Formats: sequence, C-alpha cells, structure tokens
Amino acid sequence: MDSKSNVAMRTTEPLVEAETDPAMAQAAREETGAGVPAGEKKADNDSRPPAGVWFKTTGTRYLVRIMALVVAVVLWELASTNGFHFYINFDNIPAPSVVGAALVTELTGKEFYLHILHSLERVAIAYVIAVVVGVVLGVAMGRSRWAEDIILPYIELLRPIPAVAWIPLAILMLPTEQSSIIFITFLGALFPVILNTVHGVEQTNSVLVRAARSLGASRTAILWHVVLPGAMPSIVAGLAIGMGVAWFSLLAGEIISGQYGIGYYTWNSYTLIQYPQIIIGMLTIGGLGTLCTLLVRKGCNPLLKWQAKGGRS
Amino acid sequence: MSDVIVNDNRLAVLDHSRLRANSGKPGAERGRISVRDVDIVFDTASGPHVAVQNASLTVRPGEFVCLLGPSGCGKSTLMNSIAGFVPPTRGDVTVDGEAVTEPAPDRGMVFQQHSLFPWKTVKENVAFGPLMAGVGQNEANGVARTFLSLVGLAAFENTYPNTLSGGMQQRVGIARALANYPSVLLMDEPFGALDAQTRIMMQENLLDIWREFRNTVVFVTHDIDEAVFLSDRIVVMSASPGRIIADIDVNLSRPREQSLLTSPEFMALKRQCLDLIRKETLNAFQQQNKAG
Repeated sequence: MDSKSNVAMRTTEPLVEAETDPAMAQAAREETGAGVPAGEKKADNDSRPPAGVWFKTTGTRYLVRIMALVVAVVLWELASTNGFHFYINFDNIPAPSVVGAALVTELTGKEFYLHILHSLERVAIAYVIAVVVGVVLGVAMGRSRWAEDIILPYIELLRPIPAVAWIPLAILMLPTEQSSIIFITFLGALFPVILNTVHGVEQTNSVLVRAARSLGASRTAILWHVVLPGAMPSIVAGLAIGMGVAWFSLLAGEIISGQYGIGYYTWNSYTLIQYPQIIIGMLTIGGLGTLCTLLVRKGCNPLLKWQAKGGRS
Repeated sequence: MSDVIVNDNRLAVLDHSRLRANSGKPGAERGRISVRDVDIVFDTASGPHVAVQNASLTVRPGEFVCLLGPSGCGKSTLMNSIAGFVPPTRGDVTVDGEAVTEPAPDRGMVFQQHSLFPWKTVKENVAFGPLMAGVGQNEANGVARTFLSLVGLAAFENTYPNTLSGGMQQRVGIARALANYPSVLLMDEPFGALDAQTRIMMQENLLDIWREFRNTVVFVTHDIDEAVFLSDRIVVMSASPGRIIADIDVNLSRPREQSLLTSPEFMALKRQCLDLIRKETLNAFQQQNKAG
C-alpha cells in the first residue's frame, strides 16, 4: 500500500488495451508539415482489430485465467472428497460441491441479501468519507510542506495498525456499533487514498505549472487544471486500493456487529460450526471487494480518458 | 523590417480589437523588452552559480531576436527572467516600461517539448489562456479554433496531445501561447527535439504566423542555421558565466523560404556568425584565463 507498489498496480491495467494500438501509432507517425488537410487521418475510430484477432489475444488470456481458477476448484474438490491430510488437512473442509449447494440455499433465502446490503451500506459510507478526507488531506500535504510535516507522523504511526486492533478503541470512542464499524472501515480506506494523492500531487510536472502560469492561471486554477488532473492516475490507483482495503477492514469491524453484515455472517458461521457458510462468507467478501474495486476503476475511467491513446472527447 | 506590417488576408481571423484592448497600445508599439545589467545567480549545493552575467539587451517592438549559444550558457535562464519565472539577482528587466516580476499572459511562452496539458484536448489547451483571462467558454472555444486554423490543426481540436506528433504538439503550443494575443512571444528551443525535416517546416510555419502577428519574438536556440534563418538579429552568448558576446544583424529579406538555406547570402552570413562567435569565444576564453 505504499506509493511504490501503487505505481506498479497502475501499470498493470493498460496492458490489456495495449494490443489495440497499432493504427493509432501509425496515425501519430504521420508528420506535420504545413496545414495537414482536414480529415486526412481519422484512423483512431476504426482501430479495433477484427473479432478473430481479439479472441486470439485478449480472449485467450481470459480463457487461461478462468481455467486457472477451475483447476484450483477441481483440486479442492478432490482433496475434500478424498480427505487429503498431509500437513494441510482437508478433512473438515467442505468440498466445492457442498459449498455450492449451501450457496443455493442461501441465495433462495432473504437473510443472505440483508447481510450483503448492510455491508454495502457500511462500505459506501466509510468509503465516501475516506475519499473526501483522503483527497483533501493528500492534496494539502502534497502542496504544503507544513501540512505534510504535521500530518505525516500520524499516518506513519497509525497506518501499520491493523483494523482488528482498532476494535476496542472504536467501541470506546464511538456512540454506536454501526459508527464503530464504519470508523474501522474508513481507516482502512483512508491511508491508501491519502498516500497515493500525496504521491500524485508531488509528481506535478513543473513545466506544466510554468505553462499555466504564463497563460495567466491563478494558484487555484493551477490546482484545478494542472495539479489535480496530473495526480489523477495516482489518485485513482489509491481509490481502487482503498476500496479493497475497505472490504477487508469491514470484515474485522463486523466482528462486533450484533446482527447483520457479511463479516458478521462469516464470524457467526464459524462460532456455529457451519463450515460451508464460512467459505461462502469469505468468497462473498472477496467477490464484492473485487467487484467494487472494478466499479471504482471503471467509474474513474472518464477522468483518465486522456491517457488512452487516440481518445476522443 | 517595416515592409510588412498588416497585409495578409489570414489576419482577418485575428481579433484586432482584442489585441488593442489588451494593451491600450497599437500593435506595432507593443513588446519592447529592456534588459539592463542583469546578473542571475543560483545558489547550488556547491556554492553560487553565475548563470547570467552583466547582460544588457534591448529588443524593439516586432523584432525577431534569437538568443544563440551552447548548452548551459544561460540563454534559457535569461529568457526565463524576461518571462518572469526567474528574478534577476541584479539589474532589471522591463517590458513596455513595466518591471517584470512574475509570468503574465502578455508574454507568451513556448517550451521545448511536452508542455501541453495532456488531460486537455487540443482545443481545451488553446482555450485555456482566454478562459483564464475571464472570457466565457464559448468565446474561448472560438478563439481556440481561430488559432488552431492559424497553425493548420483545426481538424484535431478534439484530439488529446499524446496522439499528436512532436511537431504538431509544438504547433499547438504556439497556438496556445498566441491565443492570449501576447505582445512578446518567448520560445525556448521549441524545435530542438524535432527531426531535421520537421524542424525546417516548423521554422517556415513560424515565420508565416509571425508575419501575420508581428509581435516581438525572443527565440532561444543553439543552432546557427536556425538563428540565421529566423531572426532579424542574433544575440550570441558564451558559457559559464553566461555573457552576451555578440549582437549580429541579419539583413536577409523576408519572406524567407527553405531555398534561402543554400543561398550565397545565407552562407556568407552564417560564415560571418561563425567567425564572430569563434573570435568572441576565444576572447572570452583568454579573458577568463587572465582572470583565473
């Protein structure tokens, strides 16, 4: 979650799209000269490779990914049904088929959805607060040495504390169980957002700032038109990571939940020795976390459309 | 020099009422630059570094001046002090009688490369200056289109800069700087990163545009051909410390075209420049050696 690893995360995504670029690269290679006639090059809209090529490249890669998961499920099934026990013990682990059957039961009931809804609500509230606070503090720290010197010690000190460790304090400090859980989730999401925002803001390109100043931009205008857009790729990476961390902090927070929440569901299944339900809970958290992270990335795409080669507004 | 003032029909697209409203002065009289006894000293880890020493320079309104010199001779620093990015340590810099204290849209700046806002479309980049000047979005877009036509890139208004070639990006950069109707255009090796073919076309382009605009241009370069081809006057600087060592008038007729590059008068002038630069550089070396 430190800024370096985020940069790496950010670079993983465009790889998928990179193959669709040759036409664009060619368009860009065409040279300038005096007055290129209008419409001479409009290659970028038709630059998608034909379906066959898509399947060979992107399609194959997704197929491999799915197969990788299927292999794991098959191995798990075999291990469970045969009672694999060699240091790792599968004796008490329900097989995927058993978990699947239990999942079908859960999906037909109402209770399971209530758990999910409660968790979604908590994550949504905590996440929105974390994004607002994180971006504001991050920009302040990135822009002002004072702000950074004041806030950074807190972050360095508090960031390594795992979400579970906050539970006692959260209960003592906050009025309701709900607010305690939201607080813990909020903390989880906050740090990646702050650190990535700081990182992005500190990377501001000084040539662009000078360009903006020579065009008459005020400090506020520079913040809005140069600093924030420039930091956006890093901020979006932070938002995505923050969403992931929010989900696993939520699980910790919901230990103290009295009734609902997917984390509560998982812990409660453990105390009730309902093994298939534990696995359902775990996978649900994983799935929801992935889904929400994906939504954040997709939702932020319009902010980064300028990065896609050949993008048109 | 005074042969062409306002004669081109492409000028019709430029808004002359705005040009005058901005300055309160007629176009031909804007953009007088005066640099007097300027030293620029930077504090570095290894002690003070004198980037510019005792520089004095007057640029007349509408004059095209090249600052020529080797890398690291302080020519960009001197230009940055005219732009308002670097305050002189000693001496003063004035434009149209007003002391330069900070950057202003009246002194347009074109950078070497990668200075367009990558998150703004080509049109948004050019419209940025007018927007900052407080005109409405529609008017700013109109101005942007005007200037994009001027540099021949109207078809690319909705493209993002990263899809354009280096030469096209620089043309957008020029359009963006001009969209504020600056009295002074400061260009910091704007074609330095381009290949030779593109560079020559860009130089011709620039002269075409400038012929219509007639503002003062200060153009930093280390390329003698470029300096001779473009300018009315070449100010030569020597390295460490950066000093002005020669001031050469370029009396080649305008408009200038690529064929000029191989003409005898161009060659003669280039030779004259080379000789003068060589002589002055040797002098400078000897003086330095005496001083040291």
